[in-house]
Amino acid sequence: MRISLGRWLLPVYAVLALLFLMVPIVYTFIFSFNDSQKSNITWRGFTLDKWLNVCNVQNGAVCEAFGNSLIIGAVATVAATALGTMIAIAIVRYRFRFRSGVSLLLFLPMATPEVVLGAGLAAQFLSVGVPKDMVTIILAHTMFCISFVVVTVKARVASLDPALEEAGRDLYGSPGQVFLRITFPLLLPGILAAALLSFALSFDDFIITNFNSGAVTTFPKYIYISASRGIPAEANVVASAVFILALVIVVSAQLSAAARAKRLAKSG
Amino acid sequence: MTTGAFAAQGADLELVGIQKRFPGFTAIEHLDLKIPAGSFFALLGPSGCGKTTTLRLVAGLEEPTAGRILIGGKDITGQKPYQRPVNTVFQSYALFPHMTVLENVAFGLRRRRIDEPVAKAHEALRLVELDHLAARKPQQLSGGQQQRVALARAIVNRPALLLLDEPLGALDLKLRRQMQLELKTIQEEVGLTFLHVTHDQEEAMTMADTVAVMNKGRIEQMGAPEELYELPKTAFVANFLGQSNLFTGPVIGSTSDAIAVAVAGQRIVVPAARAHRHAGEVTIGIRPEKLSLHLSAPADDPARNSMGPGRVIDVSFSGVSTQYLINVPRVGTLIVFAQNMAFGPVAGEGGEVWVSWDIKHGFGLEDEPGDLPKFDADTTTRSIAAQRRASLITELEEV
Repeated sequence: MRISLGRWLLPVYAVLALLFLMVPIVYTFIFSFNDSQKSNITWRGFTLDKWLNVCNVQNGAVCEAFGNSLIIGAVATVAATALGTMIAIAIVRYRFRFRSGVSLLLFLPMATPEVVLGAGLAAQFLSVGVPKDMVTIILAHTMFCISFVVVTVKARVASLDPALEEAGRDLYGSPGQVFLRITFPLLLPGILAAALLSFALSFDDFIITNFNSGAVTTFPKYIYISASRGIPAEANVVASAVFILALVIVVSAQLSAAARAKRLAKSG
Repeated sequence: MTTGAFAAQGADLELVGIQKRFPGFTAIEHLDLKIPAGSFFALLGPSGCGKTTTLRLVAGLEEPTAGRILIGGKDITGQKPYQRPVNTVFQSYALFPHMTVLENVAFGLRRRRIDEPVAKAHEALRLVELDHLAARKPQQLSGGQQQRVALARAIVNRPALLLLDEPLGALDLKLRRQMQLELKTIQEEVGLTFLHVTHDQEEAMTMADTVAVMNKGRIEQMGAPEELYELPKTAFVANFLGQSNLFTGPVIGSTSDAIAVAVAGQRIVVPAARAHRHAGEVTIGIRPEKLSLHLSAPADDPARNSMGPGRVIDVSFSGVSTQYLINVPRVGTLIVFAQNMAFGPVAGEGGEVWVSWDIKHGFGLEDEPGDLPKFDADTTTRSIAAQRRASLITELEEV
């Protein structure tokens, strides 16, 4: 009895935990096929309409919000990744005044509650007199994403043997060539991870966005607003599509990594 | 040197009044050095003596605080590393992990826009017998193979000067031997000037034409390996390059040929030509393998010095030879290496023995005797551990 309990406890627990995590996602996915009218709470029958006409409801408000989120995510990711990578290299490789001060300050946006950060930024924009629109959202997102980029890329820079760059310089590479052909390719996995993280953080940020968006609606903001009067099934469609896309990317990355490892093992 | 042709042959390297200070310590005090074209030059010294800094200064990876660096008569002190006709084989090899072996080797050629980089890279890989692995990534190679790729990557550029930073340090004994031989062969084939930095005295002696022994940021002595070994100038050289028995005492007589020194009441003769100091308190020495062991007092011979009696305190048998530690009252501990011409050790532990040596083999040091301990046999476990600890500390501080 004792033996069978030990043997079954862990798998049962794992399955239950997984189910608990999966239920909201599955629910969202199923209700994207609901033939709903005003609210999407009770099941009224299966339809593909919502998937096929996702941009037609409420004058395309769902799609517009989704598009805004994509643009903000992309711009903030590019800006934060470029700036954060440069900061990370500077902090690891160079000794300068206020170096430790900069490191400390970079942690603050991660440690500060989002409400405080969002309200503070909103007050700043107000006192400077900048109107709130896409630009202020992008600025806010870039700011908090930089911290995460620096932390991610810094670890990669620290593990990079400085002798590799020295070898590049010794082998007639100018500073620009050494960066382009040695430093950058070797940091690339860290930079990509940082960019993915930035995009994910920007895409689903609500609190800071809500303080600084003015009339612009992002996807999380749209869901929040419509929650009070009933989220349309089209929102479920977009959420499900994003989830499936992410799943496909992760699985195909895993598969190609496995294939590469197999190929290496064969040639090695 | 960013584009254009290969250097036709090795060039000579000249360091003039080089000094290098880092915040908190001075790595190189004052260094003057001239390495003739085509030679294999070794800088030998313990870790923290400034030898790696010297190499990095020549490569351009560090800037000297003072002094000038000339290659082939041309002042390159202000040039960037990628402008210098110099290539380095790094201690860690520093192969680019994201490129194939072939691309690693072709890297320098491509940067300088030399024709047919791929063909030339293959040729260099053939020289180190690794052309069949050209498509692999560095991490798929063994340590010895990586080392040969690093070597091929450097020599394919035909630099005027090739710098080697302890490149054999990470290899096992058999691979080291093979690589030593390979380096020598390559040097003879392509005629480059090699500057080799190492802490391994055997590596320096077997490979280099000229060895410079470095200590605390200065060159203690420079010369052919045999010369350094047979006639060390300072106690540091005498003990860093092999082992030595050193004695101090006043000079009690001198002729034009020889000086006589009183060591604990025994008269020891050293040829005048082999002694740097001819009056006052001096330090003299003899290599352990030059000593003969006697079980009874040796007959008086004007051509030989003798010492004893002493007591054997340790015998360690190592196949080819046996090392004896002999305690001679008022002198200290002597080391004797005896060839095993018969079976087994000649003398047992606790036995009473005498030693003698040909007076022609002795040498006299330049050092002030006050600077060094009366006898400097660093063979005890404790002193080796202490030295090792001190060198580890300096090494850690360097990082």
